[in-house]
Amino acid sequence: MAKEKPADIKVKTFATHKVITQPNPLRKVLRRVDERDFDDPVARAEEALAGLSGEFKSWMLIEADRLSAAHTTMIKKGLSNETADELFRAAHDIKGDAATFGYPSAAAAAESLCRIIEHAPDLEKVPAELIKHHINAIQAIVHNHTRLDSTKLASELSRKLRGVADEYLMHVNRDRPEHLEAIMAPSIVPGE
Amino acid sequence: MFRIDFNKLRFLVCDDNPHMRRILRTLLHSFGAREVYEAEDGATALEMYTHYVPDIVITDWSMPIFDGLELAQMIRQPESKGNPYAPIIMLTGHSEKRRVTVARDAGVTEFLAKPISAKGLYQRILNVVASPRPFIKTKTYFGPDRRRNTNNAYIGPERRVGGEVEVLQQPSLLDKARSSI
Repeated sequence: MAKEKPADIKVKTFATHKVITQPNPLRKVLRRVDERDFDDPVARAEEALAGLSGEFKSWMLIEADRLSAAHTTMIKKGLSNETADELFRAAHDIKGDAATFGYPSAAAAAESLCRIIEHAPDLEKVPAELIKHHINAIQAIVHNHTRLDSTKLASELSRKLRGVADEYLMHVNRDRPEHLEAIMAPSIVPGE
Repeated sequence: MFRIDFNKLRFLVCDDNPHMRRILRTLLHSFGAREVYEAEDGATALEMYTHYVPDIVITDWSMPIFDGLELAQMIRQPESKGNPYAPIIMLTGHSEKRRVTVARDAGVTEFLAKPISAKGLYQRILNVVASPRPFIKTKTYFGPDRRRNTNNAYIGPERRVGGEVEVLQQPSLLDKARSSI
């Protein structure tokens, strides 16, 4: 597709803007199939993803260790943009990936940590225990994942952490309405 | 009913996390895609974008060097040598509504919040393939039309002037194609 010549582009000029249209360059990749076509690309992809699931535990351990390492570095080197960025990035990756790997409670705890890093007015003044508890919780959730009684406990743990973190964030942002609004806004991702 | 011939599409995937790149590659190959190029940061992605001329870009938001938002802004340069019109799907762990607005204003075509699912990704690809939106250029914006719907009940001031309605009608294959999921 990409090697084909660009389609004709038409531009209509208005007082405040231009509207640019072109024949759909990707239209040729749409293929009409019979209603009885049983090929299901989504099911095929879900199956392939399930085939990868044997690796998810080790991937999750790597992600959790990366988070702990970022925290250790922040303690050793002190708080800086660089150390805070790495901690945020590690937590943010877990927030995004953990549910796919089968660890939704780790994702929830990581999201709570991301919110602290993002919305605390001064990260240096955040109680050290609050950050440490999040990291310990994520490690515990990941390491005890296969225990039969762990799912409910993990969910409860991340829910309580989120409650404490939110209470802290509401308090320290009481005079920062734009942050309060962001903290209280609902997520666009459905809950677990 | 419509299907996408993924083997005719060229993808550029940009994510700094190797696990997420592996998942994306697996999903795209399972859909039928053959050409999937991968970059682990925005700078590399921009180079690959110019070199490989992908049909669709899938990018993370948070990345080192420059992020997915900056990548989208750099692709959406109307005077650039590369193709400024390629669909950009932003796949991100950011899940706040305000982030969707920021991404939209950077020229992102579709937003997909993690956790990723095969269905979610397929639907976003279907949207950009079957129902492309016209591009709008203003003093401060160049990218796909940010208005997905015409709201006849809207009574506020118009920010655009000049009778745009006549050009916003596009034949859409989306509804037909959706029935194939």
